[in-house]
Amino acid sequence: MQEIAQVGDYVQVEQVVLQAGERAPGVPDDTASVPLVMRVKGFALSEAAIGDEIKIETVIGRTVSGKLVNTDPRYDHDFGRPVPEIVEAGLEARTLLREPGTRRRGDDL
Amino acid sequence: MSAGTSFAAVMSRRGEIISRALGLDYSRFERGPLAFDYEGMMEKTGYSLEEVRAIQRDVGVGYTPLLELRNITELVRKVSPPGKGARIFVKDEASNPSGSFKARRAALSVYEAQRKGYSGVIAATSGNYGAAVASQACLRGLDCIIVQELFDSRMVGQPEIMEKGRKCEAYGAEVVQLTVGPELFYMMLRLLEETDYFNASLYTPYGIAGIETLGYEVAEQVHERCDRYPDVVVVTHAGGGNLTGTARGLRKAGADDTEVVGASVDLSGLHMASDEDFNRKSFTTGHTGFGVPFATWPDRADVPRNAARALRYMDRYVLLHQGEVFYVTELLAVLEGLERGPAGNTSLAAAFALAQEMDQEEILVVQETEYTGAGKHPTAQLTFARENGVQVRRGDPAENVPGAQIVIPEGPEQIEVRDFSLDRMRKSLIRNAVRHTGVEEVSSPEVDFLCEEINRDRNFVTAALCELQVAVKD
Repeated sequence: MQEIAQVGDYVQVEQVVLQAGERAPGVPDDTASVPLVMRVKGFALSEAAIGDEIKIETVIGRTVSGKLVNTDPRYDHDFGRPVPEIVEAGLEARTLLREPGTRRRGDDL
Repeated sequence: MSAGTSFAAVMSRRGEIISRALGLDYSRFERGPLAFDYEGMMEKTGYSLEEVRAIQRDVGVGYTPLLELRNITELVRKVSPPGKGARIFVKDEASNPSGSFKARRAALSVYEAQRKGYSGVIAATSGNYGAAVASQACLRGLDCIIVQELFDSRMVGQPEIMEKGRKCEAYGAEVVQLTVGPELFYMMLRLLEETDYFNASLYTPYGIAGIETLGYEVAEQVHERCDRYPDVVVVTHAGGGNLTGTARGLRKAGADDTEVVGASVDLSGLHMASDEDFNRKSFTTGHTGFGVPFATWPDRADVPRNAARALRYMDRYVLLHQGEVFYVTELLAVLEGLERGPAGNTSLAAAFALAQEMDQEEILVVQETEYTGAGKHPTAQLTFARENGVQVRRGDPAENVPGAQIVIPEGPEQIEVRDFSLDRMRKSLIRNAVRHTGVEEVSSPEVDFLCEEINRDRNFVTAALCELQVAVKD
């Protein structure tokens, strides 16, 4: 990730929306003790370094200010790892359906 | 921070913001402190079933395939008593444009927004509804903002919600991503106030009328193929809209005797607004954290009167463990060749157990699937669970502990549903209605209203009111 965003780069900013202590009444203590934080992506309206306050224009044309946290945001969620317990469960079920006397799709072919 | 954007200040403007963002006058349906004219609201502000079908057809929503799960049915019969094991069908809602049944709700909401002249729409949702609204908004040329609860305070995102956010962005929406907390609604109000966009709430009459076509199609498709209506339809239950709309659609098709079963993943013990619990959940919807509170007090939603009122329609409510739902998600993939879910497969897990109670000639319909993808997949959720200290192992699913242990069944015979008392939820709804309105006595028409709200007789309602020391006027 670049340390500096240029004007027009697609970036992500972060803003504290409610400080700890300003949170909704009745939230659990662990939530009440941390701020409500927002992240939004958009095009940088000025040059900025990571951690700088910056304004961005979102894809619908809204201007949002916040601290620059990402100069080149990435979708990094993935499929995780194969889970052996799940693979085994599937294989066992397939074996059960191959037992003699079990009706299977295509038996009448 | 200025006084204008403090939590209390924004919430105090809630009524006017929501009213402007819906263009809908709910006050004309109020009938006293407790009661309102539910059917009147649905008729006068919604659309007829024919209109809904036309609107949805125009944008490629609905008319999804009904698939018979023959291999899963065969597996059910292997573990059922002789003669038992109903035929299981699934409505493949993943084939809607945005990958879930939520497209049906969004099609109506966004149509309504456009008809009323709004230039954009906003929805506060961490679920499939976001992508559904974004998809419908872009095809109608409206701007769209989706507000999500995504991160814990470490800024670690729930993988399933990250995927849903990505999908919203793919449809050109702005996605506002927040840390854990119920202030999602507060943020939505601020954005509505700033933009003057339409509140594409899940809980308007449009949001519910859009699902009636799903129930109607289920009845129609089963009748066409099997010459009878389904005996049981199982619905994954969270906010109540899916169950309400489906049940209403079944009735509109004439399937009056079909039993409607709600199914949720049991996440009891985890607090829905807790920063620490947030990433210890492996299901972000279809769970008891929404299912119980929304059924027992629907008017907690982002509209004055929630059109999703599950207790009016629910004949039975059953709970599943997380491990059971992951297990049937795997069965659906490797036995039927359908990679779907996992959250939407809560009803499939319930069906696997419920079919064992039913005769082989009977028909059970699982009324939705949802698309699967990176983050939104058992491997993604289970990998994430392990990284967050949750143990994943084979064993007896009854040993499941939400947030600590996910137990994948050792065999199909271990999948069981646990009934959650509907009468307990009904009493809870009455208690909530009394508490929220502060009434000390209720009129006879209000008793009738409560009877409809919980689908029970006057004796039940008056006994419950009596327990709360609320008098019934003649």
